[in-house]
Formats: sequence, structure tokens, C-alpha cells
Amino acid sequence: MARRLPGKDAVIIGLGWTGSILAHELTQAGLDVVALERGPWRDTATDFPISYAQDELRYRLQHQLFLQPAQMCVTFRNNASQTALPVRNWGAFMLGNGVGGGGLHWNAETFRFLPTDFTARSHLTQRYGEKFLPEDMTIQDWGVTHDDLEPHYDDFEYLCGTSGTAGNLQGKIQDGGNPFEGARSRPYPTPAQKQGYGHTLFAEAAKQLGYKPYPQPSGNLSQSYTNPLGVTLGQCTFCGFCEWFGCANYSKATPQTTILPVLLRNPNFEARTECEVTRINLDNTGKRATGVTYVDPSGEEFEQPADLVLLCAFQLFNVQLLLLSGIGTPYDPRTGKGQIGRNFTHQTMSTAVGFFDKDKYNFNPFIASGAIGMCIDEFNGDNFDHGSAGFVGGGYIGQVRTNGRPLESMAVPPGTPAWGAKWKQALRDNYLSSVICGGACHASFYSYRDVYLDLDPTYKDRFARPLVRLTIDFHDNELKMSAFLTDKYAEILQQMGAKEVVKQPRKGPYDVTDYQTSHLCGGAIMGDNPDNSALNRYLQSWDVPNLFVQGAAAFPQNAGYNPTGTVGALAFWSAKAIRSQYLKNPGPLVHA
Amino acid sequence: MRNLNPMRGALCGLALALSSGGAVAGDIDKQDFMQIERGRYLTIVGDCAACHTLPGSGHAYAGGRAIETPFGDILAPNITPDQQTGIGAWTDDEFVNAMQNGTGRNGKLLFPAMPYTYYTRVTRQDVLAIRAYLNTVPAVQNAVKADQLPFPLNIRQSMIIWKRLFFRPGEFRPNAGKSEEWNRGAYLAEGLGHCGLCHTPKNFLGGDETSRMLRGYALQGWFAADITDYARRGLGAWSNDDIATYLKTGHTPTSIATGLMAETISQSTSHMSDADLKAIATYLKDQPGQSADDNPAPVPSDQPVMKIGAKIYADECSGCHAANGKGIPSLFPALHGSAVVQQTDPTSLMHVVLRGSRGIATDAAPTGAAMPEFGWLLKDDEVAAVLSYIRNSWGNAAPAVSAGEVAKARRAFVERND
Repeated sequence: MARRLPGKDAVIIGLGWTGSILAHELTQAGLDVVALERGPWRDTATDFPISYAQDELRYRLQHQLFLQPAQMCVTFRNNASQTALPVRNWGAFMLGNGVGGGGLHWNAETFRFLPTDFTARSHLTQRYGEKFLPEDMTIQDWGVTHDDLEPHYDDFEYLCGTSGTAGNLQGKIQDGGNPFEGARSRPYPTPAQKQGYGHTLFAEAAKQLGYKPYPQPSGNLSQSYTNPLGVTLGQCTFCGFCEWFGCANYSKATPQTTILPVLLRNPNFEARTECEVTRINLDNTGKRATGVTYVDPSGEEFEQPADLVLLCAFQLFNVQLLLLSGIGTPYDPRTGKGQIGRNFTHQTMSTAVGFFDKDKYNFNPFIASGAIGMCIDEFNGDNFDHGSAGFVGGGYIGQVRTNGRPLESMAVPPGTPAWGAKWKQALRDNYLSSVICGGACHASFYSYRDVYLDLDPTYKDRFARPLVRLTIDFHDNELKMSAFLTDKYAEILQQMGAKEVVKQPRKGPYDVTDYQTSHLCGGAIMGDNPDNSALNRYLQSWDVPNLFVQGAAAFPQNAGYNPTGTVGALAFWSAKAIRSQYLKNPGPLVHA
Repeated sequence: MRNLNPMRGALCGLALALSSGGAVAGDIDKQDFMQIERGRYLTIVGDCAACHTLPGSGHAYAGGRAIETPFGDILAPNITPDQQTGIGAWTDDEFVNAMQNGTGRNGKLLFPAMPYTYYTRVTRQDVLAIRAYLNTVPAVQNAVKADQLPFPLNIRQSMIIWKRLFFRPGEFRPNAGKSEEWNRGAYLAEGLGHCGLCHTPKNFLGGDETSRMLRGYALQGWFAADITDYARRGLGAWSNDDIATYLKTGHTPTSIATGLMAETISQSTSHMSDADLKAIATYLKDQPGQSADDNPAPVPSDQPVMKIGAKIYADECSGCHAANGKGIPSLFPALHGSAVVQQTDPTSLMHVVLRGSRGIATDAAPTGAAMPEFGWLLKDDEVAAVLSYIRNSWGNAAPAVSAGEVAKARRAFVERND
């Protein structure tokens, strides 16, 4: 029997980016807020100090900052004809754990989506006709527009201190920025990061080919910065240990470096770590959440009543908790009915490795940051005519090499033996003069009827709750797109002067062991009515109006960018609606 | 106003007679709002809570916190108005006598861990205001056995001799040759603020070395820095505004408080008025400290210890404190030109390197970045090398640190439970 605790105004499940932002906004509104975080407390000086933060074995290979599969796991299959099996070692994506969540171990690429990304279906059908989209593609409009979110992209960038060059300032295209971006109200808070030699050469080659390269917007800061909350971040030192790692010198925007120091000073905020929420409780109407049940490290079960529930866990676990709590209707791929689990997406990553003459090129690849690099947007979203391309979607292409970490920077030219003296020599010859860039073509993953999440019928967690099951595969549209983008990227590498380019377009089937990104999206998507979405445009559950679900689970499909900027913008957008509308008049903010 | 109602006055008088009695003609109404409010402020200035509130106990001023002295721990007593275990039964005169003369109830001699040697400068009016405030805090029953010192140090009568040697009683007398602001600063710093308790060197009996006022003193695992106007090791490079801002926020453009001073700023000085902080700055900037010609020569950069230190600095320190030692304002303190770095006694430096420490977070500067511990990573000679390097680079100059000093500090830190 769970011990019932005194009620709170709001309970937050998960203390990563969205949990921290919502907690701050709601405590500022005077609410008494408790955040429940499944993982441990994490702090710079004690958990990833500069004396060992750059430990590739500890963090990159042994996954020390990540969720341990023994605590919570998922099952995977490519299609409904297969039996899903548990993922026992994370591969295709990494699941954060602990305070800061994914915001702790991210690379800090801080993009905005294109205006047309938010109206994907209506835009594409208007431009190319209804029949242009594959029949089983289930992309749809978001219910919010770029203009709705612009002030909140700005909120997030100014919270983070994002370093970048504006490409479109209040409608005026700016030199050096991304000319395809939507109009932004003001410049980035800090100038773009300095670029390495390889990144600069790539930009020159791209220009020669007629493209407009721009520096990747970075949450690894080009200079120290004090955000509107008064929290100061340092200057990135280009150590090249960002993704998979915590930043040891406070120069990567994370909840820890931007918001938690202020949040923790609020007497009306409390965080309970290593407390795993097992379900969201509903009253007997099923239309109102009464709070959550959670288990602490001693195994004791508590009921935390609250007037407002904010589901701020990682995308997969947001969907899983909705399913486990009986909120909304589970998606049925046979009928296409039901919203929870629908439109699950990921990312379509590809690259090419460029080998250069070692006597002429020294890229010093270890001088890097997680969001360093020069990109082009000519082949992202619908920035180019897809009429003859045979696919929809796209991505940014860039020399965005984030590191020269020894264990994962071991590309050797084709024909090199896999081990031994010759392999070692090839490694020595190519380490400094090759361009290895895992995220070179960072492309969209559109949604399909047969890509979805549900509860696994066999495998359970330690509380005997079903694991979430991933049914996911690539479709031809994405594979064609990947081949197209990889060719474009390879052309630029050739133009840079590579003597050999090895293309690595994304191939099917979807491989859960091969790292792409941690950008899992969808499963509890937002939209303009309850028949096509789980959440309304303010991320409020259509079914349980005192529940808001944050994060990328709300994305109807994934665009050709890193999602965190949009996740942050949506969190501020949702928080504003809660503060200015919901708290004054609790109930549905959109009437179906 | 309070005399308009004779009945109320009479009741007040009765209450006073019952609770403490002995009011001296002209003493204030201890239930007067302004008096209590002033007392609350002065209690913060005196940072009474630092010793008399056990952190985490939830009971303000109920005592029980161990005060570390070179002679052993002394538990701070309960100063809530509890009749049996606090000071509720004390008369005002007994309270004043404790504050100003170090003599507790029934003539019990207080150990100078209670800084009556400073509080003696506080006016009777201000002491009574503090009493008025302390009368309003919740009475907590908490009997504290203050005497934890070993024999023979626990013999309180020994304090008669100690006081004769080191105690100069008497309320503060303004210096007519100085400004009103200077005098206010002196009154606060020499009195309730008791800066010298930590910052003035002590002789072997724990008495202040009056010839070396405010030139720094090692205690509780830290070195309370020189706060005279001496350029290299004191506040000479700081403006008056820097000092006031530091006391208010814990930060200057180049420095961030940590350790005991962070605690003092959090609990005390950050709550003080800007005028009082400026006054303290004016006073401190007028403390001459060491003579200007005492300018130590830096350890030459070609010495092996400096070369080793430079390499360790590049690997472990420069990511935050920057290659030029200038740090980042509000985030990482500058080492370049830092007085803390150049103190004669490197205890604080060994502390932060071996054990790590957290910079202060205040509403004005909430970041509170922390220095990680390096004790597990760097050997004694390596700590000594990197500290010698930062103490003698970028124009800094201070004695090199030896591996032996680091070893000793490391052993001492192992014993600490804070």
C-alpha cells in the first residue's frame, strides 16, 4: 500500500531540460512543485570533474551517465511480423539518466526547425499534390507554427547562451548565417564558435559549389555568458568531449549550467532523485490525474497527489507511462486508430569519410566541440524542389566533426587490414588527415503507419510493468533521401581536396545497435484535434486536461535538425499557456 | 507613543519584572517593533547564528554547534528564550555582561570562542536590541553541555589570567579624525562583525596579535586572508565597491567566496545594508597592513617546480581558470593577481585543491560553480608544484609550497568531518 504524501500544486516526472524549465516557470508562478527523477543527482564538480570528465572508456563505452538497462529497458523489432527482444546494451540511441537528463550528455546543437516543418503535410501536398507522399506516410501539421514558437526559441537560446550567426533577422537575410531559417526576432545571444581547419575548409568548398555555409548553432559557448536568470556559463575550450559526456568547465548549456542553480534556491521547489514514477493516477472518471505513484530507493511506494502533472521524462518513457496509466487510447497499426504510440520516429543519419593527403592536411580533429562545424541547409526540409527527387524530407549537411577521441576516431582507408602493424600504420597516417563525421547528413525521419510504440506482451521491468516495444524500420523515402544527401556531402569532400571518399549512406533495415542520434520522437503527438493527436497545441493531454506531456514525444514527425531547440521552445510555449491560461481557469485549453 | 496607555505600560513593566527585571533607567522598550527589528539586523551583523544555530536542526539559536578552537571544540550554548536551557531567565544586565565582559550568569567566565573581546565594543543600546530580538525567537528546550575542552583547559578560572592578558574592555569610541562612515565601519568591523576573530593572527594562547591586526590567520582548515589594504596579499587591489559587492554577493569581477567566508556572506553580510557594507570597506581600506616594501620575489620560472607546476596547470586547471590565470567573472576566480593565492599560508589553496570547494551562490550571483577535488589525483609534490606555480606566475609572488606542507594538510583534512 503506497504511503500517501501531502499534496503538491504540481508534480514533475523527470528533471531534464523540460522538467527544469517547467519547474522554474511554475515555481515562479507561485506553485509548490516537486520533481521526481528516476536517476541520481548529478553535479559538475562531483560527477564529471575536469580531472576525469574526458574519459572515453568510462562514458562513451561503459555508458556511465546513461540509464542502465537493468533498471529500465526497451524491446525492439523491425516490423510486426517479428518478436521483439530486449535491448541489453544501448546502440542506436542513448537514454539519459539522472538530473539533467539528455540535456547533460547532449552535443548541444541548438537548431530551430524550418517554418514549413511545422506544416509538413499541408505544405507538401499543396506544393506537390496529395499523391506525392507515400500512401503509408502519416506526417501531419503540428498545430503550432514557427511564428508561435519564435519567442520561445528565443527564450531557450537566451537561457542557453547559444552561439551562432543569425541568417534571417526579422525577415532580412544575413551574410554568414543560414538563409533558410525562419525570421528570428534578434541575433543569437553569443557569436558563433570559432571553427577548426577542417570545418573552415569544408565551408570554403561548399561556397565554391554555390552553397551558403553557416556555423552550426552551438550550446557550447564561444564566450562566457550570464543568462537572464543570472547564471553564468564559461567559454568552451574545444576539448571535444560533449556528447556522451558531462561538461567539466560549465561551458555547455545544460539544466545544471543554466537553470538548476536558480531553481534550487526556490523554497517552493523540491527534487527527489532516484525516485521512479510507476504510474500516473487518475480519479474514477479517468479524466483527471490525481498525482503519481513512485518508488524510492528503499523500495517503499509513495503516492504523491498533485493538482497538475507534468510528464517530462524521455520520449519513450513518456509514451510508456501514458500506456501504463491507461491515459488515451493505445495506437492500433491495423486500424490506424488510437493515438498513444502513433507516429514514432527517429533520425536518418549518414556520412562519408574523407581521406586526405597526410603531407598536406592536418585537421587536428581533437580541437572540437559538440556543436562545432559548418553546415549547409540547401537540402533540408523543403528548401529544394523534391519534384524530381523521388522523396520528401531532407537534412542539413555539414562538416560537424565533434571530436578526435581516440577510440572512435579510427577510420582507415578501404583495403587496410583490420588489425596488426599495417592497420596501426594506416591509423597513424590518417588520424590527423581524415574527416570522420558521424553526423554529416542529419536528416529527417517522417512518420509511417507501421512505425510505432506499444507495450511489450512478454518482457517486464522490475516492477512487473511491461517494457515499451519499438517497432521501427526505414522506408524507401528515407533511404533514397539518405543516398541523395550522402552524395551531396561527398561532393563537397571531393571539392575540399579529399584523395578518397568512402560514402556511408544509411541502409535498411533499421539497426538498433548502430548509433544514429538520441532523437527519438513521436508517440504522443500534438495536433489540432483529438482524432489526430494525443496532445493539443499546448502539449495538454486531450484526455486528461491536468496532464501536460513535454518533449519530443509531441513531434508528429522528425525534421532534419537536432530536436532540442524545438523541445525547449515547446516547453516555454507550453509553460506560458499554463501560466497565462490554465492556472487562471484549469481545464482544456483547446475545446475539441 | 508607548506612554499614551498607562495600563499597557504597567503591564509591560510587570512582564519585564517577571522575565528579566533589572532594567536600567533609559533602557528601551524591548517589545518595541523598531527595537526588535534593529536587533534582528544586529543579530545578523554579529552572525550569532553561525555558532548558535546547528545547521539542519531547524532550531534557530538553540545551540549545539561545535566551535572549533586550537584547544578543542566548544559547543555553542542555547540562546533562545527558554527559561531552563536558554537565556530566558537572564536579566538584561547579565546579557550585557556576557556580551561586553565575557562573564556569563552567576559569574561564569566565557571562553573567548564567544567573541566578547569584540562585542565589548558594541553599545549597550545595541546589545539590548539584540536581546529584544532574541526574546522573540521560539524558545527551544535544548540543554547544551558547552564544556568539551580537556583538562586543564576546561578550568574557566584560567580565563581570569587570559582576560588580564588579552582583553581590553570598553565600548567603541569614535575616532574624531576619521569620517562618520569610517567610524561606522570601524564600529561594525571591530565590534559585532568581529572580523578579527578569523582574520587577525593569534598568539599561542589564542589572543589577538594586536600588532598584526587583520593580516590573516589559519583556522578550521582554511586561511582567513589578510584583509588590510596591503596590495599583494590584502585588499589593496580592491576598490571600496569591490569589497562592498563581495560582502553583498560573494563575488567581485575576479574573486568568489568559498569556505567559511561563503558561510559568513550567506548568513550575515549579504543581508546587511549597502551603507554598512560601504562603511566596512572604507574602514578596511584604511588598515595599512604590511609595509609596502615587503615585496617578495617570485620563484623563478625556470625552477623545476615551476616547470612541473606549469604542466599540471595546463592539464588540470586552465580549462576553467584559463591559461592566463584570469578565470571567468562570476564563475571561476582569477588566480592572476589574486590575494588569496598569494597569502603567506597556503592552507586555503591546499584545501580547495585537495578537497574541492563550492563557490558561494547568492541571489545576485546564483551560479555557485564548484572546484572539483584533486586529492585523489595529484600527489603531494604535484599539489605543491601546481600551487607554487600559481603563486609565482603572472606577476604573483609568494613562498613556494612544499610537499611536506601538502602531506601535513592532507592528513589534517582526513580528520575533518566537514
